[in-house]
Amino acid sequence: MEKNKQDKIIELIDLTRKFEDGLIAVDGVNLYVRKGEFVTFLGPSGCGKTTTLRMIAGFDKPTSGKILLNGQDISALPPNKRPINTVFQRYALFPHLNVYDNIAFGLKLKRVRTAFESKGCKPVYKMKKLSKSEIAEKVGKVLKMVDLEGFEKRSVSTLSGGQQQRVAIARALVNEPEILLLDEPLGALDLKMRKDMQLELKEMHRKLGITFIYVTHDQEEALTMSDTIVVMKDGVIQQIGTPTDIYNEPKNAFVADFIGESNIFSGTYLGDKKVRFIGQAFDCVDEFEKNEKVDVVVRPEDVEITDAESGLVKGKIINSIFKGIHYEMTMKIGKTEIVIQDTVEKEVGETVGIRIKPDNIHIMAKEFSSNKYDGYITKKNTVCFGDGEFECDVCQLYDGSHLDDEGYLITADGEKIDLTDLDVKVEVGLKDIEITDDQEQGGAIGNIVSIIYKGDHYQLIVRTDENEEDFVFDTEDTWNVNDRVGVIIPKNKIKLSLVTEQKK
Amino acid sequence: MRKFWGFCIIVVALVFVYLPIIVLAVYSFTESKSLIWSGFSIEPYLSLFSSSELINMLVNTAVLALLAAAIATILGTIGAIGIFYNKKILGKFTSAASRIPVINAEIVTAISLAFVFSFVFLRGTYFSLLIGHVVICVPFVVLSVLPKLKQMDSSLYEAALDLGATPTQALFKVVLPEILPGVISGFLLAITLSLDDYMVSAYNKPDGFETISTFVYKALAKPRNAALAELRALSSIIFVVMVIGVLIINFRSGSKYKKSKIKENRR
Repeated sequence: MEKNKQDKIIELIDLTRKFEDGLIAVDGVNLYVRKGEFVTFLGPSGCGKTTTLRMIAGFDKPTSGKILLNGQDISALPPNKRPINTVFQRYALFPHLNVYDNIAFGLKLKRVRTAFESKGCKPVYKMKKLSKSEIAEKVGKVLKMVDLEGFEKRSVSTLSGGQQQRVAIARALVNEPEILLLDEPLGALDLKMRKDMQLELKEMHRKLGITFIYVTHDQEEALTMSDTIVVMKDGVIQQIGTPTDIYNEPKNAFVADFIGESNIFSGTYLGDKKVRFIGQAFDCVDEFEKNEKVDVVVRPEDVEITDAESGLVKGKIINSIFKGIHYEMTMKIGKTEIVIQDTVEKEVGETVGIRIKPDNIHIMAKEFSSNKYDGYITKKNTVCFGDGEFECDVCQLYDGSHLDDEGYLITADGEKIDLTDLDVKVEVGLKDIEITDDQEQGGAIGNIVSIIYKGDHYQLIVRTDENEEDFVFDTEDTWNVNDRVGVIIPKNKIKLSLVTEQKK
Repeated sequence: MRKFWGFCIIVVALVFVYLPIIVLAVYSFTESKSLIWSGFSIEPYLSLFSSSELINMLVNTAVLALLAAAIATILGTIGAIGIFYNKKILGKFTSAASRIPVINAEIVTAISLAFVFSFVFLRGTYFSLLIGHVVICVPFVVLSVLPKLKQMDSSLYEAALDLGATPTQALFKVVLPEILPGVISGFLLAITLSLDDYMVSAYNKPDGFETISTFVYKALAKPRNAALAELRALSSIIFVVMVIGVLIINFRSGSKYKKSKIKENRR
């Protein structure tokens, strides 16, 4: 990835955008794009990809950080002064103008530095409009490129979605921008048209050689078109890499889950390039610390089906769906499910074995091994953290201590301590959190923001409204994203420790 | 049976609305000063167009309406755009403030205007009359332009900037053409409001200056006024012009609606 500094056409440095309502859409993004590159910002809606694009275009001003274009800071430059053009999500064609005038809009406003001969002296430079014939020539050329010759006089509202899309692309390209920004431009088209346009855009990029920055939530689109993919979540870059890198070597469970189909399991690294998951040790190629808890990713197409006996693990096929070029089958091994893609169908109910090649097992460091919070003890000897209040056992703060009748803590030495407002570190394990529909019953209330399936259980993240505190935990129950739930943590599962080094 | 009663109610309602106008129109063809038919005559119409006093009043009214509507349309459109793009407190305040004259009793507007103008010794001038009419028209222009701005695809303005337009160029080349239907209907609304107005005119007009409404009030105050027949003729003409105007607008928006339907289907 490292290349010459001159190669960078655009560079984002600590780019942050905080909205008036306190929402941080983009949070300290660092990124550079090389000249002529096709870069895609990929992520679920609300991940900050469109806001980043809008800041590059100039429609949004960063709260902090810089945007460098060819080494010059352009953060304060208005959009009309930037050599950057945008293809908008819903095209944003001007309804009162026909196809020709839509495309010529930018050219008619353009002023070019032209040399005028003045008597004997140096030539004088003046800003001059493009002539009618120059404009007509440029529009004709770009219309040919997007295959819309003869459409000049048509009203844009009589065009089909695909044709409007082409006009929008032509309108941006005709200005010969250094960078073309595309904000989910194919989102409104049907599947077949989208596939065709993907290839056409890729071809245009190759021919023109200008830099494309593309925003999409469609991982397949990103994999097909890009040189480099930037995966984003919650305003933070998760991974930057080529499509192959991102697909084969996802950095964390979120990327693995978002890009393509994947089986994600919790496992343990056994040392000597062996990893244990779904109840079996597998050979692998990655190296981690011995006994470290890890996430294991296996792509459905990388699972080989064998006879029940010759496989490493055996299980029962419980589901099979025909998907056109392959069958997607679900196999149950004990309590765990694994999704397999194969061109040969196995009967539902059949017992088969599976094998996975070492280099198809991708191991990632676990993102969360436990939830950690800063909290404080209340008058009632409960603990406040994560925007909630929970019952806890405060005696664990001091070994051998107990509570007296008035709620004061008596240490092993007989010292009486008032714990009210004491700052503590709180730790809660991934398996120790439960959620309930009865919100009032929980110590904290939040919405489910993420669900990742990990073979035999789901890993959920519940986020509170006030300070956006996250509760990450495993559950076997099925929930839906955006469910509003109460968070319950059993009293004995909340681990408390003192903030200072006073712990005895 | 229910249908029958419904039909009856509609007939009664229509009779109450239109019968007086029809009677007026019929009696505009007789010279009588009261409700007695004294033979068919087009004399009221002829004298209407030969009386310099009446012609003068018509011209006054029309010029005032056009001027006030033009000023109100410019101010109202600028105001609506300002309100739309100023989402913060200023925009909300202006939006609320511009609505108050709509619900305020016209007599209050009229008297308060007269009061203020008398402070600056401008009461009873053409200037105070014109400003008064602009004041009652502006809120309606704002109200007819704002929905068009809200309907507009917000990325159009950004697209114009993106293609190299300055904010002013974007406003004139993209935003204004988009909201033009709202601006035009605001202008027409302002004209009818100004034509209709009595209160503001009565309290703010210069002496001896008459609009249609002030003239009619004055004429009716003197029962034996010679101009009564002419007023019937004038009212009939205004009515016919209005009906034709409404028909044209309905017909045009109807055909536009069909056109846009066809466009939608093609998409």
